[in-house]
Amino acid sequence: MTEERNRVVLELEEKAIDMRQRVLTMIHKAGSGHPGGSLSATDMMAALYFYEMKVDPKNPTWHDRDRFVLSKGHVAPALYSALLAKGYLEDDEVYTLRKYGSRLQGHPDMKKTPGVDISTGSLGQGIGAATGMALGLKRSQSESRVFTMLGDGECGEGAVWEAVQVASKYELDNLTILVDFNGLQNDGFMHEIMPLGNIANKFRAFGCEVVEIDGHKMNEIVDAFDQVRDIKGKPKCIVATCVKGRGVSFMENVAKWHGVAPNDEEFIVAMEEVKEGLS
Amino acid sequence: MIITKATRDAFGQAILELGEEVDNMYIVDADVGKSMRTVPFQEKFPEKHINVGIAEQACASVACGLATLGNIPIISTYAVFGSMRMVEQVRQSACYPNLNVKIACSHGGLTPANDGGSHQGIEDMGIYRTIPNMTVIMGADYNSTRKLMHEMVKNHEGPCYIRFTRDPVPGIYDEDAEFKIGVANKLRDGDDVTIIAVGDVMKMALDAADELKAEGINARVLDMHTIKPLDENAVMAALKETKGIVTVEDHNIMNGLGSAVSEFVCEHGGTTVKRVGILDKFGESGPYDVLLKENKITVEEVVSKARSIVK
Repeated sequence: MTEERNRVVLELEEKAIDMRQRVLTMIHKAGSGHPGGSLSATDMMAALYFYEMKVDPKNPTWHDRDRFVLSKGHVAPALYSALLAKGYLEDDEVYTLRKYGSRLQGHPDMKKTPGVDISTGSLGQGIGAATGMALGLKRSQSESRVFTMLGDGECGEGAVWEAVQVASKYELDNLTILVDFNGLQNDGFMHEIMPLGNIANKFRAFGCEVVEIDGHKMNEIVDAFDQVRDIKGKPKCIVATCVKGRGVSFMENVAKWHGVAPNDEEFIVAMEEVKEGLS
Repeated sequence: MIITKATRDAFGQAILELGEEVDNMYIVDADVGKSMRTVPFQEKFPEKHINVGIAEQACASVACGLATLGNIPIISTYAVFGSMRMVEQVRQSACYPNLNVKIACSHGGLTPANDGGSHQGIEDMGIYRTIPNMTVIMGADYNSTRKLMHEMVKNHEGPCYIRFTRDPVPGIYDEDAEFKIGVANKLRDGDDVTIIAVGDVMKMALDAADELKAEGINARVLDMHTIKPLDENAVMAALKETKGIVTVEDHNIMNGLGSAVSEFVCEHGGTTVKRVGILDKFGESGPYDVLLKENKITVEEVVSKARSIVK
């Protein structure tokens, strides 16, 4: 890696640490939420918002922006942490997640939160909406691109594969699908609940250009974006092996932390650990 | 000129006209384009046509994505799929964010008669009536459906479900008739009883009014083409000015027009409401008129219910 590249990666890693702290703060204050999947998605989210996507926090509805659809809508805190860090939201809104009247709903709401391009929360649907966006942008000769993030458990939804078929048929090379492959779903390990086999090969078979990476190695995330950016004629898919609860020792790979908030004590430990960038 | 044709043909004609006028409109098909009469549109406006194949969930989601860009996507499929297979996509991605997504469905009610119960969409309007932000409409004939399509695309913002018939229905309206979504059309005036109908059974309501007239009973007839939002002014007037209401619909008797009218009437002083509709049972293959008769959706039944209210 060149020096410049090293600097970019280092800065993104620092952003991710900042975002993890915001994720934990949000969920702790809310008393409910999904820390596990939020923390597994944070590194990719940092790279999306601070490296890859063309957006303008001052003008969230700018027509020529790139779009992002959080198909795994329950990890809204990961998205909000990016929107907070990027300046779409006021810093103290970090304390308003899931509160009555808040702009930060339990799941992303395009009507309430600036920077949210479509409301999500019901799994399997976001990728279809992202496909529609990419198709509409392509038909109007726009240069804008669409990114969407899926959970691996979410890939159990048949609608995901309907959408990928459409993206392939219409050669949507302006669509990039990120799969947060952390191996856990709500009820337990995926290999016990619903094994999905080789997810990367499934996306290949459906016509995507697939890259497989470690979703917590920032240099791999950035390389993956660089690698797929200019590929033409098909949708791109980055399958990122991740660790649910990444950065907090007692949350890592523990299914229980899918949808539980840390208590005060756990919160203090968790904040310390993510600050140190535990790996 | 009054036209007796299936209202899905009016859909096909309307989108051809709208394609010329409305630049940001899309048709999103799910492999029933021939039957939905969208093929001429596809040939004329290929850049505005999408066919996702047999994948209704993707059909709905893709339409919602298109709508976020400021487009007016029209989903084109059958009532059973458009109101059930994709309903959660429509709820989450169109209604919840209140996007300008239109759902155009043929094979509503018993009109896909020979196809049998699996293809007769008898619950669709009730399903969509219960989802916030959704508008639910059905034209009575070819001309009204064509006009309502224009209204929906050009003068209506937000999610809207519009329902068509597979089979021909008798023409009622002249091509110059005017329609406004949410405002009932008064087809006959009268102050003894009110018949409120929606969709393909409108001719039945008119024939019943004619028979009642011969008996000396003046029946008001309202075309309630929009069952949500209901034209409350028209129902209120019927409540105050006539002795009771008969509703007629080619839809399950639960949660359609009759329910909507009854809900309003109950909370505004009350009057007798008698409902004619599908008797909470599935249909089967057979002639359309036989299937209607099986459910007592007949001129005689409307007349008898109206008479019982007046006398």
